[in-house]
Amino acid sequence: MELNTLWFVLYVGIIAGYVILDGFDLGVGILSPFISRNDRDHRMLLNAIGPVWDGNEVWLVLGGGALFAAFPLVYASLFSGFYMAMMLVLLVLILRTIAIEFRSQRHSTRWRTTWDWFFFASSLGITVLLGVALGNVIRGVAIDADANMSVNLVDLLNPYSLAVGVAAVAMLSLHGGIFLTLKVDGDLLTRVERLVPKLMVGFFVVMTGLMAWTLLLNSEVAGRYRDRVWIAAFPVLALIAAVSAWRLILRRNYLSAFVASATMIGLLLATVGAGMYPVLLPSSTDAAYDLTVHNAASAPETLTVMTVIAVIGIPFVFIYTAGVYFFFRGRVVLDEESY
Amino acid sequence: MSTELLHRIQFGLTISFHFIFPPMSLGLGLLLIIFGVQSVRSRDPKWRQLAMFWTKVYGLIFAMGVATGLVQEFQFGTNWSMYSRYVGNIFGSLLAAEGIFAFMLEGGFLGLMLAGGQRLGNKLWLFATTMVVAGATFSATWIIMANSWMQTPQGFELRDEGRGTQAFMTSFREVVFTPSFGPRFWHTMVASWMIGCSLVMSVAAFYLLRRRHIELSKTMMRVALPLFTVLAILQVTVFGANQATEVATNQPEKLAALEGVYQTGDCVPMTIFGRTDPTAQTTSGLQIPCMLSLLVGKSPSTKVQGLDDFDRDTWPNVSVVFQTYHLMINLGMLFVAIGGLGCLLWWWKRKLWEQRWMLWIFVSTIVLAQLATLTGWWTAEIGRQPWIVWQLLRTSDAYSPNVSAAQVATTIGMFVVLYAIVGGVFLFLLDKIIKAGPPEPPSVDDIESLPDTWSEAFQHRSRVSGGGR
Repeated sequence: MELNTLWFVLYVGIIAGYVILDGFDLGVGILSPFISRNDRDHRMLLNAIGPVWDGNEVWLVLGGGALFAAFPLVYASLFSGFYMAMMLVLLVLILRTIAIEFRSQRHSTRWRTTWDWFFFASSLGITVLLGVALGNVIRGVAIDADANMSVNLVDLLNPYSLAVGVAAVAMLSLHGGIFLTLKVDGDLLTRVERLVPKLMVGFFVVMTGLMAWTLLLNSEVAGRYRDRVWIAAFPVLALIAAVSAWRLILRRNYLSAFVASATMIGLLLATVGAGMYPVLLPSSTDAAYDLTVHNAASAPETLTVMTVIAVIGIPFVFIYTAGVYFFFRGRVVLDEESY
Repeated sequence: MSTELLHRIQFGLTISFHFIFPPMSLGLGLLLIIFGVQSVRSRDPKWRQLAMFWTKVYGLIFAMGVATGLVQEFQFGTNWSMYSRYVGNIFGSLLAAEGIFAFMLEGGFLGLMLAGGQRLGNKLWLFATTMVVAGATFSATWIIMANSWMQTPQGFELRDEGRGTQAFMTSFREVVFTPSFGPRFWHTMVASWMIGCSLVMSVAAFYLLRRRHIELSKTMMRVALPLFTVLAILQVTVFGANQATEVATNQPEKLAALEGVYQTGDCVPMTIFGRTDPTAQTTSGLQIPCMLSLLVGKSPSTKVQGLDDFDRDTWPNVSVVFQTYHLMINLGMLFVAIGGLGCLLWWWKRKLWEQRWMLWIFVSTIVLAQLATLTGWWTAEIGRQPWIVWQLLRTSDAYSPNVSAAQVATTIGMFVVLYAIVGGVFLFLLDKIIKAGPPEPPSVDDIESLPDTWSEAFQHRSRVSGGGR
């Protein structure tokens, strides 16, 4: 495989890693006001994600760095073009960090309730914003001949992109809900278990609708699926993963259901990637201005160095990640050191 | 105000606020490792108590570093898109390497380290902490590599492949080991370790002044003060001097600006403090004759290039960098004096603990050390102007053309408000942790019952029945 394509695949992999890992802790935030009834419930939720959320967020940083290195022209055009939206994402990310870290520092009810709302709103905000951003990337943006664009916040909020935002919320709240079934106990667990099948149905309806919308209205993506039929394997496998997740949830085999849900998310992102390749950022002005894996990438020297770095680094990343999740397995036990 | 200046203000503001935290975690990390090693070596639970107290502070600082660091990872793209296109092949790969090698290591082990007080024995906790600190050090390494490339770029060629001129990598080794990397790395690391020592000294002195946790505070002081003193002396005599020599060799116009040397000459004096007059192009103040020539070339007759040797449009803002540079240097000297005096009172007269005025000076060291590090960084970055990449790309050609001045002004406002809140809450929480003080020392039996090999830890098995989890 040529290096540019390899980095496209790796990049989709990094985004999938981010959505799968940070996705469940964002999902926990989105679900929080609907499932927790008291301070102990809120603490259970925070401690369920406590040892891992920071490490999960690192995947987003890695996504930024890897895009800069492998496709610097996309990094430059995308983030400067989405200037205000990106700043809003950063604002919300910082607020979320503060909400998680600061909530437990004081006992006052008002203090805690305030930060609980920040935690919910910021988790929802990040999910919607990143979903809307992805929607706009799939749909195409007004890139000019100099690879510049300037999209204000209102232009970003078109119906299709909002639909992707809604689908992201549905997907991550399902993923977060399944994660919680492994972590919490008592009444809280009962409420989560009751909610998860409903989330599954909601997600399934929204995602099916979104896929139909994409294929009907986005002729580029639809055309790529017609020309390269084999890539239909990704959505088909994603459907199989979704159905497996559903069956595993009904059998209350939640650990396997979580793995199925994670696999499904990875496959859905592969579905998007396969439908876009070789374009990374389509131009709605003129297809000649599209930023692709060929015209927006770093030179082979850099991509070779990056491949060596990835080959050395990625096995370690998997080892740490697996080790941490294994160490912190099992249900949350609150103690004085907890959030 | 020009759009360029607004972009610079935003970057300067956000990176300065960010740069408060990573040196603190690097420095405090070193002390945590020392406490951890002592905890493994001796059976005295006070080391464990200290380690767990400072781990709490570390967690708070680390969270601040991550939250403010996220902004930096994306800001090259949002605000400096022309720069990102120009250097993406090189600079981007260093940032990505940081992500893969450093952040993942930190992110992986941080959870273990923070939860370790309840779950890990001395050896495993020390291992997890060492990994987190190693990750932070790798992170500093890659970032200083990237920043040093901007100061002394090499290992590249310029080509235009239809997307404007871009720098393409020709040698990865030359890119990462630029001439300025070594001196800048050690200078920054030593500064960070000094910040860690200052933080511990400040808190210990505060407790001694309040007559709380007296024995524990003396222990903190016995570790941090000698280390701080040695580092301060090395910083002035070896690492700082080395850095100045490097700038003299590779960026002579920058050195001329820092020292306020307008005219080339031999027997150039060194100014201790004073002011520059940009219109008359003179520098006045307390000066040591011929000292700069002596430092640069080991002989008083050495010729030192003045700003008059360089085009006027390649000078940085002399008045600003002259002051930030001299503030840093003088603070560095002050640290040697504080450390030396502290050690003297401790060893010679044995009455450091009763000298309240000296303890108050120690309380202030964390603020002074932060100020020294910040002014040092400002000197390096403002001194590089008008270049964003030294002698290759001007800052005025590097910002995003598609972002308006109004947008940048809006986000500056956003960051000012956000960081004021974040900074305020950070100080409030730090104050709360410090006032609450170290936790009760754990009993030796409790510590020894915690899992201390990986197989015990992963099976959540305690060493003796009834203890641990």
